[in-house]
Amino acid sequence: MQIQLNGETTSLDGNPTIRDLVESLDLTRRRIAVEVNEEIVPRSQHSAKALADGDRVEIVHAIGGG
Amino acid sequence: MSVQDVDRPLMIGNRSFQSRLLVGTGKYRDYDETAAAIEASEAEIVTFAVRRTTLGQSADGPGLLDIISPERYTLLPNTAGCYTAKDAVRTCHLARELLDGHNLVKLEVLGDSETLYPNVVETLKAADELLSHGFEVMVYTSDDPIVAKELERRGCAAVMPLGSLIGSGHGLQNPYNLRLIAEQAEVPVLVDAGIGTASDAAMAMELGYDAVLVNSAIAHARQPVLMGQAMKQAVTAGRNAYLAGRMPRRQSADPSSPFAGRIND
Repeated sequence: MQIQLNGETTSLDGNPTIRDLVESLDLTRRRIAVEVNEEIVPRSQHSAKALADGDRVEIVHAIGGG
Repeated sequence: MSVQDVDRPLMIGNRSFQSRLLVGTGKYRDYDETAAAIEASEAEIVTFAVRRTTLGQSADGPGLLDIISPERYTLLPNTAGCYTAKDAVRTCHLARELLDGHNLVKLEVLGDSETLYPNVVETLKAADELLSHGFEVMVYTSDDPIVAKELERRGCAAVMPLGSLIGSGHGLQNPYNLRLIAEQAEVPVLVDAGIGTASDAAMAMELGYDAVLVNSAIAHARQPVLMGQAMKQAVTAGRNAYLAGRMPRRQSADPSSPFAGRIND
């Protein structure tokens, strides 16, 4: 299936969860926040939440700013 | 009588702070410099931005929140770069998730990329929505006293007019408006943008501001760590001068040394 990941079209195999996606991106040790289709997915639900074709996923973190 | 006897802590909502200098984390050369300058500034509230993670890059090395830890500092995520209320509200929800439920945010909704001037129509809309979702909102706005009062009336925790354009270093361009805003405020007011050097920060405090927020003036100084310290001192000096109350201005000279007893009398 295909999702929009941080604005880019991305192909995924199988039926991954948010947790699977975060692991595949090597972001498990990072402090991140995830939004799917403009709704926050709390960290506690990453393992339960399966992605669906066409989902718009945002993964954000903190960077320097004023 | 010590200064501590005179002044109160800065209160934002029900949080109290000894420092009246807030600092940003943008534009530094690297994390070491960021950490050292913020340390020197003795700021307790530190702003940061929320951005997409860069995909496909190694996740090794520290992140910003490893350097500026939420245990040590009160973090203030901003909505910089948002041009609509909707984007700003989304960004705040992401920030709250990022910080495990932390509700304090800096709302800024910009009008255009040339001036980064606040779009107050979208800002008011975003403030209403964020407040209804339980956020504590410190809001960046123009130096319009009516808008500042309206943001306070709607429930913002702090109102933060610009001194001049973000990142311009032009100081306080309209001290008369800024004074009006400070005089009528019943929530903390901060000068949020345009501070270029220490005297600008001192002037804001002398006008009666409760605090200032500084980023570029420290990060883009030739020696950011030294400027971080200078800003701390300026904010303290300006605050103390405000509390002390300046002398009246006079039209003519008034000798500091007595006339009586001069040798030519």
